Amino acid sequence: MNFSEVFKLSSLLCKFSPDGKYLASCVQYRLVVRDANTLQILQLYTCLDQIQHLEWSADSLFILCALYKRGLVQVWSLEQPEWHCKIDEGSAGLVASCWSPDGRHILNTTEFHLRITVWSLCTKSVSYIKYPKACQQGITFTRDGRYLALAERRDCRDYVSIFVCSDWQLLRHFDTDTQDLAGIEWAPNGCVLAAWDSCLEYKVLLYSLDGRLLSAFCAYEWSLGIKSVAWSPSSQFLAIGSYDGKVRILNHVTWKMITEFGHPATVNNPKIVVYKEAEKSPPLGHLAFPPPRAAAGPMTSSESKYEIASMPVSLQTLKPAADRANPRIGIGALAFSPDNYFLATRNDSVPNAVWIWDIRKLRPLAVLEQLCTVRAFQWGPQQPRLAICTGGSKVYLWSPAGCVSVQVPGEGDFQVLSLCWHPSGDSLALLSKDHFCLCFLEMEEGVHTAFGQRGDCT
Amino acid sequence: MGDWMTVTDPGLSSESKTLSPYTSETKMSPSSLYSQQVLCSSIPLSKNMHSYFSAFCTEENIEQSISYLDQELTTFGFPSLYEESKGKETKRELNIVAVLNCMNELLVLQRKNLLAQENVETQNLKLGSDMDHLQNCYAKLKEQLETSRREMIGLQERDRQLQCKNRNLHQLLKTEKDEVQKLQNIIASRATQYNHDMKRKEREYNKLKERLHQLVMNKKDKKIAMEVLNYVGRADGKRGSWRTGKTEARNEDEMYKILLNDYEYRQKQILMENAELKKVLQQMKKEMISLLSPQKQKPRERADDSTGTVISDVEEDAGELSRESIWDLSCETVREQLTNSIRKQWRILKSHVEKLDNQVSKVHLEGFNDEDVISRQDHEQETEKLELEIQHCKEMIKTQQQLLQQQLATACDDDTTSLLRDCYLLEEKERLKEEWSLFKEQKKNFEKERRSFTEAAIRLGLERKAFEEERASWLKQQFLNMTTFDHQNSENVKLFSAFSGSSDWDTPSLPSRPRQKKPHGVPSGSPVCTSKLTKSLPASPSTSDFCQTRSCASEHSSINVLNITPEETKPNQVGRGCTNQKWSMSSRPGSQEGCYSGCSSAYTNSHVEKDDLP
Repeated sequence: MNFSEVFKLSSLLCKFSPDGKYLASCVQYRLVVRDANTLQILQLYTCLDQIQHLEWSADSLFILCALYKRGLVQVWSLEQPEWHCKIDEGSAGLVASCWSPDGRHILNTTEFHLRITVWSLCTKSVSYIKYPKACQQGITFTRDGRYLALAERRDCRDYVSIFVCSDWQLLRHFDTDTQDLAGIEWAPNGCVLAAWDSCLEYKVLLYSLDGRLLSAFCAYEWSLGIKSVAWSPSSQFLAIGSYDGKVRILNHVTWKMITEFGHPATVNNPKIVVYKEAEKSPPLGHLAFPPPRAAAGPMTSSESKYEIASMPVSLQTLKPAADRANPRIGIGALAFSPDNYFLATRNDSVPNAVWIWDIRKLRPLAVLEQLCTVRAFQWGPQQPRLAICTGGSKVYLWSPAGCVSVQVPGEGDFQVLSLCWHPSGDSLALLSKDHFCLCFLEMEEGVHTAFGQRGDCT
Repeated sequence: MGDWMTVTDPGLSSESKTLSPYTSETKMSPSSLYSQQVLCSSIPLSKNMHSYFSAFCTEENIEQSISYLDQELTTFGFPSLYEESKGKETKRELNIVAVLNCMNELLVLQRKNLLAQENVETQNLKLGSDMDHLQNCYAKLKEQLETSRREMIGLQERDRQLQCKNRNLHQLLKTEKDEVQKLQNIIASRATQYNHDMKRKEREYNKLKERLHQLVMNKKDKKIAMEVLNYVGRADGKRGSWRTGKTEARNEDEMYKILLNDYEYRQKQILMENAELKKVLQQMKKEMISLLSPQKQKPRERADDSTGTVISDVEEDAGELSRESIWDLSCETVREQLTNSIRKQWRILKSHVEKLDNQVSKVHLEGFNDEDVISRQDHEQETEKLELEIQHCKEMIKTQQQLLQQQLATACDDDTTSLLRDCYLLEEKERLKEEWSLFKEQKKNFEKERRSFTEAAIRLGLERKAFEEERASWLKQQFLNMTTFDHQNSENVKLFSAFSGSSDWDTPSLPSRPRQKKPHGVPSGSPVCTSKLTKSLPASPSTSDFCQTRSCASEHSSINVLNITPEETKPNQVGRGCTNQKWSMSSRPGSQEGCYSGCSSAYTNSHVEKDDLP
């Protein structure tokens, strides 16, 4: 496992281009585009103010930089460095900006969610969409880029509008039976739209592309409801994480619950492997004592290691403050592995642990208990390997073969707050508050073999 | 504790003791009380006797004494001391032979009395120990009863408390449920209120938004603009198309196309899955058929009709299916057929497996037979071994028997017999326990009496009366149960003979028998006495009529007791009389010896009186 040198970064804005060739990162008002392999600077763009949002177009030709404070969006072309585009939302303000899937339109949400402006880079035409709903996830595009679903709010009722992205024509418009729609998301196959209610009510509604209600699911009443939702890449499962600390998985045929994954604070199932991160006392000289007996996978010279804990294991739990909003309970994050085989979840009341579930057997597979709070985790895009960061100077990788904890080299403390995978899954960008570096996985032979087993199986 | 029934009854003797003064008094002059005592006094007390004789008979009153003695003796059934009177006038002469005979008889009687007394004493002791034991048992049981009662009360209390708790909890639950209901109602009302408020707020917000929108957008804000160097081409290279109705329709078409594609894809997947499952089913079916076909001969041989027909069906099915190969069709008929045939086969398989299970268990049961079939030699060896073992065991039993007999032969005196009886009677414990309730009552009375005895002897008579009444009732019941005792008694005797399989037993067993029959022998020795007693007894005291005589005798004695006044008993009940009474009472059930004790009442009576003399 190799690490690149450390580069400057601000606002955790660092993204690989969708084709994997480039890496864009922001330093204050500058946008730096590097070659993803050599890390040589290819382009350097200067924006008018501090960049607050960065997004690659789907064809990797354009980069969008949003400057929310100024209500500005600046677009840069990689092919034509001299080409520039500046969109000013004026006094309406700007709170969100994103590309349309075709990479030729930009959707800007004005302040107070007054409207969404669709700017085209091809024509002078501007489209407005009124009444967008201010919610957790109100805009979603199908994966093929054909359709846009938008959550709307009119006359105290929730609606969903489905637009055809090619000409921004409204295809369907229907109201949803929700109190306060919190989010919508397309299934990866683009045929089913999941809409869920705000946390006050547990309700998931599934709509077909043509606006028919396929099914509604409610696990319980009178309690805080859904916290997170994720589709499996095959569109076969919909995982719903809720405030009761459980993940419920719906199937795509009957839209009924297949199973329920609880996240108990005490792990007693002997089939679950609990990897516990343990601090290793700094080695004195070259004597490694106690000898490292870490989990599978090679160990680089790191100061922590994973130990396989013996049952029963009680995980560190957080007592949630009942009198404050957004309590730290429930399933705050969940993600399917790209091959659909695994699901990673985090229970916010057990902030140090990541649960990994075997979807084929519908049972828990492993629990990773870190020393610090899990900040983020992300599945590798090609193989089922999970990268986890906890805000410390280490990055953790899990694969079905085992677990590794890797110390990020370099002087000073490199606190990994976020990470993102290269689309090939060969490298990983580790982001700290002011810096970022790349971590190349395939260079390490041991890791390659360790993960290769998994790859052979798939 | 259980030997009361085989020994002589001091109780009865004590009663008969009271009986004799009664009879004698009728004929005796008040002044001649002494003489009676003298008559009955024992030989060992010869010194006293001398003094008494001197007091009784002096030179002056020889004649009177003789006549008095004669009178007394004749009343007791002895021949007259005088020679047969030849004439009325002539003075009757003292027949020395008769006197000597009388004396001798008296001495014999005395000896017998002494013997009887000894017996009675030993029995008293035994009974006393039994009594103690019984009392201990009683106390223990009483304690147990008390503790169990206390326990029961405790448990009841606990039960009550728990019930109380349960009730409280029920109440609590109910209140909690009410509370929950109330809270849910509150939540619901709050929710509606919240929604209402939210809607109101939202409307206001929307109005504001609308206004803001107007303000911001209508101003024709020059700032809202896009500066672009040059427009870029579309990603697909095509030009943007105009929005027309056509595009709308096209969009719809496309959407439905996508949906259709999705459904087709899913259907394909489902079909594939179905095909796979069908394949599995088919394979299973085939395997089942192949598995079951060799079995089908067997059931037919066993004339098991049901399975046979089913299997033939299966065969037909199999033929059909293989012929038509309709697996690829997914119509309902095929499905039904398939599931039905699978079900049938499954049933057959199940029954077959069950049969196999049964066979296995049978094999386990018939293991010996199989062994015989498989290896006769082994079997024979086994039987030989077993026979040897049996022989060995037999020998052991024989030696044990011999040892037992030797032991019995060496110690076949009164003690061993009594011991044996004890053993035998211990078996009766169970029965005794059954009669415990009856006993308890008696015990209570007994305790009361004991207290009264220590307090004053006067109250004894009255108490005794009451007691006797109770005893009568008790005895009645006892006698009702006694028949079994008798049976066992006789069985006991038979047991001895059973043990005496070898010839060397017969001789030692003999001495025990005379002892048992002794009681009958004594009364027969004095026919007058028996005749007197048996006046009221309809049957002669033979062994076969034990029960009857016993009951009569006891009834007789109880009646007699009822007539006794406290004054009469008082002189006899000094010192040892108290304890004597106690023993007799406790051992009253022992009167089962019956005939003997009843008949020998005279002797026991005299013996008791003798004790009072000093």
